[in-house]
Amino acid sequence: MSKRSREVSWKAFLREENLPHQWCPGCGYGVILKSMLYAFEKGGIAPKDVVVVTGIGCWGKADDYLYANTVHVTHGRALPVATGIKVANPSMKVIALMGDGDSATIGGNHLIHSSRRNIDVVALVANNLNYGMTGGQYSCTTPLYSRTSTSWYGDPEPALDICRLSETAGASFVARTTVYHAAMIEKYIGMALSHEGFSLVEVISPCPTYFGRYNKLSKAPQMLKWLKEQSIPIERVKDLSEENLKEKFVTGVFADKKGHSFLSRYREIQSRARNELESE
Amino acid sequence: MKKKVRFMLGNEAIVEGALLAGATFFAGYPITPSSEVAERASRKLPQIGGCYLQMEDEIASIAAIIGASIGGAKAFTATSGPGFSLMQENIGLAIMAEVPCVIVNVQRSGPSTGLATRPAQADIMQARWGRHGDHSVIALSPATVQECFDLMVQAFNMAEKYRCPVLFMADETVGHLRENCVLRSRDEVEIVNRKRPPEGLEEYFPYKADDDLVPPMVTPGSDYLTRFHSSTHNEKGLPTSSPQEARKLIKRLYDKIEKNKDDIIMYREFDVTKCEYLVICFGGAVRAARQAAIEAREEGLSVGVLQLQTVWPFPAEYISEVSKGKRGIIVPEMNMGQIIGEVRKAVPDKIPVLGANRYDGEPLTPKEIIQVLGEVVSL
Repeated sequence: MSKRSREVSWKAFLREENLPHQWCPGCGYGVILKSMLYAFEKGGIAPKDVVVVTGIGCWGKADDYLYANTVHVTHGRALPVATGIKVANPSMKVIALMGDGDSATIGGNHLIHSSRRNIDVVALVANNLNYGMTGGQYSCTTPLYSRTSTSWYGDPEPALDICRLSETAGASFVARTTVYHAAMIEKYIGMALSHEGFSLVEVISPCPTYFGRYNKLSKAPQMLKWLKEQSIPIERVKDLSEENLKEKFVTGVFADKKGHSFLSRYREIQSRARNELESE
Repeated sequence: MKKKVRFMLGNEAIVEGALLAGATFFAGYPITPSSEVAERASRKLPQIGGCYLQMEDEIASIAAIIGASIGGAKAFTATSGPGFSLMQENIGLAIMAEVPCVIVNVQRSGPSTGLATRPAQADIMQARWGRHGDHSVIALSPATVQECFDLMVQAFNMAEKYRCPVLFMADETVGHLRENCVLRSRDEVEIVNRKRPPEGLEEYFPYKADDDLVPPMVTPGSDYLTRFHSSTHNEKGLPTSSPQEARKLIKRLYDKIEKNKDDIIMYREFDVTKCEYLVICFGGAVRAARQAAIEAREEGLSVGVLQLQTVWPFPAEYISEVSKGKRGIIVPEMNMGQIIGEVRKAVPDKIPVLGANRYDGEPLTPKEIIQVLGEVVSL
């Protein structure tokens, strides 16, 4: 980024009339939101250049605190709505804010196909390992055997790896970090914003109020420390056994590929269609 | 100028009508008996710089057209019963967030996967009441291939004018029918585009309506920031749990359609005022009804047909007026009797209202309607 527009401050995005926010003490979402705004500032992106699409859940409240173009939709459907917006209005930066429910559980099918399509949308997934908004039930990313308000005796289902899923399905930029590694959040969002194609950034976020309280991590610093301990940089993965990697959060860049995004492919399809029309 | 007449499928005419209305975006998931809509859209849209997107399911399809419309495009999707069921939640989103779009349902026999290739009109109550929550909705229903074309233009115009989804309730008989269709040109029809706010406002309120109860709409990237919201919201588009704000919003969303019934309601009358017996119907059933009326007149009976091109909002006041003095009313439908309930509510008590119904996946025939007419006459 050669020319930074310092006219745009991250504060221009903040709807201060709606602060303080509703997130619990110890929640990581304020950190993620501010990191996103910093990334906008660094990228010289103004509020009118952005469409923020949110779904349902604690993270789905994020648009309430923003001055930007915002679209708040039904649970799990942020990605297909974002897809339509981007195709119809390609000059906008379209960023979908989703939790682990929106992105991977109820909206899992859309995650697979948005990744495969490589649609030019940023997916910013805030993964707090449970459904906080409804009182701490288990989601598809809740670690195996964890206690939640609907898995009192332990969650019998293993957690889904959102990044691996998205990468395998074809997303060209995929990265994960945690709220403990706060500086990396802004960095990865910045990389995602300048990437062509589907870019997913997953941030593991502490929820001391529910997930933490049920799993002996009810103090916010304690849960942040746990995120640090559970994290393993992707570069170290090859040296570790499968057993050592169990229930760990692998952090880093999973995919960063140049290539054809959906929009660049579709422009080619449109030109083929016009050529055929002209030759008719 | 020589008229451009084409012999085409109802499903194809639907796409031609959408294109004339200015549609540039289609997202869908193929399903019988609507697939020809997707196929033609996929051929035509890239040629004009538009986009055809085949989504992973019908939930994503309607979500994508809502997104495209927010992005500034005129957008539509097409489906049939099972897909229409999947779309209900986000039809509610389009109602609540006030996003113009058109949803085509080429109805087939149900419930569930039912008879995939056979006609029905059994989703017409689902069209009205398929979503949770209080609201009104616009639903149009074509009876001919020409109406597939003409009413699609109207569907887009109403969606744009009232900032709402419009349900285009075709059925398999019409969707898979081949007839001549006059492909009208741009200068022959009125094309309505969504209302924009005036320039130079100090602040734009995304949900502040004008006197017509419709808020002007902004495309992201223009002079104003905009917000769309699925939850109960105030004029700024911020969520609220204030009872006053909630009542105001729900009432306005309802009234912007119900108070504009005169503009939205379209029908065709065939000997309606002078007849003794009136047949009230919509969509594919109209074809059998009109033939039945001709045959009945040959037998000396005075029979008229009222075709509802707009089914929702329901023209109750008009039907109440026009049914006065009739000796009997027949409501033929390819279902077990859905719209007949609305007709009964509108018609004075002493006038007999009988249904002619078919729900076996076969289209209604004039003979079946004449048979019911016979029953009414002998009452």
